[in-house]
Amino acid sequence: MKTDSRLASRFAALKAENRPGLVSYVTAGDPDMATSQRILNGLPDAGVDIIELGMPFSDPMADGPAIQKAALRALEGGQTQAKTLEMVRRFREEYATTPIVLMGYYNPIFCYGVERFLEDAAQAGVDGLIVVDLPPEHDDEICQPAARHGIDFIRLATPTTDAKRLPTVLANASGFIYYVSVAGVTGAGAATPESIERAVGDLKRHTQLPIGVGFGIRTPEQAASIGRFSDAVVVGSALVDCIEQANTGEEAVAKVHGLVRELSRSVRNCREEVSEPQVS
Amino acid sequence: MNKPFNPSASLPDGNGMFGSFGGRFVAETLMPLINELRDEYAAAKHDPEFQQELAYFQTDYVGRPSPLYFAERLTEHFGGAKIYLKREELNHTGAHKINNCIGQVLLAKRMGKKRIIAETGAGMHGVATATVAARFGLECVIYMGTTDIERQQPNVFRMKLLGAKVIPVTSGTGTLKDAMNEALRDWVTNIDDTFYIIGTVAGPHPYPAMVRDFQAVIGHETRRQMQEKEGRLPDSLVACIGGGSNAMGLFHPFLEDESVQMVGVEAGGKGVSTGKHAASLNGGAPGVLHGNRTYLLQNEDGQIIDAHSISAGLDYPGIGPEHAWLHEQGRVEYVSATDEEALEAFQICCREEGIIPALETAHALAEVAKRAPKLPHDHLMVVNLSGRGDKDMMSVAHYLGEKFQ
Repeated sequence: MKTDSRLASRFAALKAENRPGLVSYVTAGDPDMATSQRILNGLPDAGVDIIELGMPFSDPMADGPAIQKAALRALEGGQTQAKTLEMVRRFREEYATTPIVLMGYYNPIFCYGVERFLEDAAQAGVDGLIVVDLPPEHDDEICQPAARHGIDFIRLATPTTDAKRLPTVLANASGFIYYVSVAGVTGAGAATPESIERAVGDLKRHTQLPIGVGFGIRTPEQAASIGRFSDAVVVGSALVDCIEQANTGEEAVAKVHGLVRELSRSVRNCREEVSEPQVS
Repeated sequence: MNKPFNPSASLPDGNGMFGSFGGRFVAETLMPLINELRDEYAAAKHDPEFQQELAYFQTDYVGRPSPLYFAERLTEHFGGAKIYLKREELNHTGAHKINNCIGQVLLAKRMGKKRIIAETGAGMHGVATATVAARFGLECVIYMGTTDIERQQPNVFRMKLLGAKVIPVTSGTGTLKDAMNEALRDWVTNIDDTFYIIGTVAGPHPYPAMVRDFQAVIGHETRRQMQEKEGRLPDSLVACIGGGSNAMGLFHPFLEDESVQMVGVEAGGKGVSTGKHAASLNGGAPGVLHGNRTYLLQNEDGQIIDAHSISAGLDYPGIGPEHAWLHEQGRVEYVSATDEEALEAFQICCREEGIIPALETAHALAEVAKRAPKLPHDHLMVVNLSGRGDKDMMSVAHYLGEKFQ
């Protein structure tokens, strides 16, 4: 793992504070580029440690209804790959240290041109990429070229990743490992904290990389229960739902940042609460 | 003229690639599943018992071999090439789709799966899947776009009668690609007991190769039947293409025969220049969707564009990766036929031969109408009559301005 990257520095700082990081997901351009930029630029102050920014795609086959609709809102609002990179550039003018990971599907990157995209992304200040439909079998497409541009390629591990497959998944991983806690689409039901803890423990035995856990985490309570044993928790669909439910851009910004503040408080204290007696 | 072609029986390669096309572009959750499927299929392919069982069902349940019929009246009508129809519409359930479904359901049974899912456009693959699921006593869920449900009502009812649950898909434009997204989402959620029967030569490896192999029975029979009737190989093969499974099934056994010309007919919709079409090769560009790299209809930012065709079965913005490869190799010629041309050919086939073809198939017949009159009488042309048109009665009546009382 590179030690000079924003992701590495952020995870080192979190470790020093003995707390998990909060990773937020919103789709770039949802519901429009200006509102989305305001949401993005307010995330660090609301308590987000690492930002995942979705690159909207017309056919998000691994996403549930919430993020599907977010992608459609963004695309109907005219969002493009170039505009998403522009949002990162504007964010970077204000924030030097909060890592940004772009998440999406391969086709919009392929169409933009992989080399050109990596060059522009590195220049805009992108730290990592999650490309859902690029498993290790296709590492030559983006994973390896991204390394040459200093961009981490964050690998997904899932409940179906067995011991035999795990080394393949970890081989070229960098940044952190994103543990997809349920076999399903984003926003689906959650697995039990016990089963997730077991899976994270298994992963930790095979990699030094930090482990972030996502899929199905919606509330401050869930985030806290997962944050006790993982290095980061990812919340996506619940934030995206805030945007859908808002009547105005103003309200969308306020709702997203409001939920982020609650989540942030919760993950900051979760390891201190662990020994306290349970109150019903 | 097709350029010389050096086919390789070993394609796709170990990564499921046909040149730069194909592959396994799926979420990590699905990777162990498709790798397991690849291994199981590889084993079944060389298992005499599996092949014997497949042959039994193809014969006694599907009704194979399908006839290679000399279309005397069509031949006279066009006045050129000698036209043969490969009668896939006479198969059980009325199309070529069941060739693949019977193969995949036997594989599902071999793997101990209890639940079958599938996507469908025109409903023919959905009906074929529901049929084999019923035959083997498996739970069956079919994803179908709401637009397609509306224009293919009879098939929706058939699926329900066969015991399948039909789930309407409202996302996107409610057509085949959206149904495929939803089936993939189901699969990723129900990993333990579910087998996904993809209906065409697309999707992640091993589907394009596996579906091709199950459909290749069409070409193998054609070869034998033409030898019996004419004592030689056909001169040209014509088939319609949505994802491209009926075309691949007919073409593949002839790829190494340089003298055999092959023509794939895409749905030109209102015309390829209008942007309202489903012609991925003639009007698209390479990209990645639904687990494979192939030609896609997409905008300049890599967003998938909705296809348009009068025929629900061709209304898909992609094409099987092996077709993309054959297109770039120049081995197969890919053309398109418009909605209007297909409707015209549809009626000619009804009146001249007493065969009501599917609207999908009518696109292949439209190319025959353009090509056959210019060819000599000794030119042997085989058209894959991939499906029957009963399901299209309401659509055709609507387009022709007729009203059912």
